[in-house]
Amino acid sequence: MTRLTDRPEAVVPSSDAAATTQPEIDAEIAELAAAYERDRATAGERTGPLLDYPPYRSSVLRHPTKDPHYADPEDFELCGPVFGDQDVDPLEADLTIQHGGPPIGERMVLTGRVLDADGRPVRHQLVEIWQANAAGRYVHQRDQHPAPIDPHFTGSGRCLTDADGLYRFTTIKPGPYPWRNHHNAWRPAHIHFSVFGTAFTQRLVTQMYFPGDPLLPLDPVYQAIPDPAARGRLVARYDHEVTQHEWYTGYRWDIVLAGSRRTWTEREEAGP
Amino acid sequence: MTAPLVPTPGQTVGPFFGFALPYPGSADLAPPGTPVAVRLSGRVLDGDGAPVPDALVEIWQPAPDGGIVRRSGSVRRDGWTFTGWGRSATDTAGRYSFTTLEPGGVDGGAAFFAVAVFARGLLDRLFTRAYLPDDEPALSRDRLLSSLPSDRRETLVARREGQHLIFDVVLQGDRETVFLAYPGRPAR
Repeated sequence: MTRLTDRPEAVVPSSDAAATTQPEIDAEIAELAAAYERDRATAGERTGPLLDYPPYRSSVLRHPTKDPHYADPEDFELCGPVFGDQDVDPLEADLTIQHGGPPIGERMVLTGRVLDADGRPVRHQLVEIWQANAAGRYVHQRDQHPAPIDPHFTGSGRCLTDADGLYRFTTIKPGPYPWRNHHNAWRPAHIHFSVFGTAFTQRLVTQMYFPGDPLLPLDPVYQAIPDPAARGRLVARYDHEVTQHEWYTGYRWDIVLAGSRRTWTEREEAGP
Repeated sequence: MTAPLVPTPGQTVGPFFGFALPYPGSADLAPPGTPVAVRLSGRVLDGDGAPVPDALVEIWQPAPDGGIVRRSGSVRRDGWTFTGWGRSATDTAGRYSFTTLEPGGVDGGAAFFAVAVFARGLLDRLFTRAYLPDDEPALSRDRLLSSLPSDRRETLVARREGQHLIFDVVLQGDRETVFLAYPGRPAR
């Protein structure tokens, strides 16, 4: 077996690291997790992902190496685009009716609230989702995973949050799929989310995962969030109250957007 | 006062957003061919200087008079309403491109586009600003720009070639773009 260290070109891990094994990736993940736990007492909790996360090979050349510059937002950055009823057809929230028949897979409803850091609902804002089909295949032309394309499923949807900040989509549970980060790499099932706040500085793109997925501990994208509680915030919960008799299962996932304030709190001033 | 809620972490936009996020007209804040329109474009580059063909760039900007825009209609543009927001995926050469109107400075400040950058391999979105290059007094008064050394400062100022504003985003390296953290964002 080719080991990472046997290949001189791989001293700096590159995107072309398909010879790396899952146990080698696991070891890298464990080492970075241990380093985070060591530093947490002094540096504090990190609520987001590390941008420099070598187990996710594509991050190696695509993360900034300089610290972000702390900026006070200007007035217009504390506003953001507004969306209205003319922007989104309510039918776009149902990913199971976009074609001539029902898609294959587990029909599910996914709902939750978009809140700001003070717990206020983010009202009438745009939420976009995209995902693979039940077999783990995206309609994107660069996805060459030899799993079937479902002619009845595109996998993208939009909605506006309501007056309580609530969003709601009807879709099909996506399947896991292989990718080329390392040998035999599989992404856990996930749904991509794009969310707008009232301020441009609240802009969030993320991925939602499913409870109990055995691929979560193995996934360098999910594990790039080094804090266990923080990454747990990306996992939806099954909610039987959402599930509907003989029709669909239900999941609930709330989203919190930070970044709408003008002044720094003491903790933020402390910095990294 | 209750403790603020902890923000939901970001994740990479991944490689397969092309069928979902860009839409017809998403990069045209003004209809192409509008006489006063400008093109804002540039390349997204990685740490080797190679183009990033699977990045997504979004801009948010004031109106030409410096007013803050509060109009819906960005997803289904009617050809008349300026919404101040747009989205452009990069092409195979790593180039994004918007057709828009030049922003005015808000309250006499320096004019700039607020920019968000997403890409496969980029684990969370990045914020930056693309300033218009012309009003040197306003640029020199700007709080953000004046707090930066000159070689870092120039990464935030677009270059003008006629009706074309050019602003490259360098994700990593010597010419790395200045990326911004805002209050209320995680400190680390």
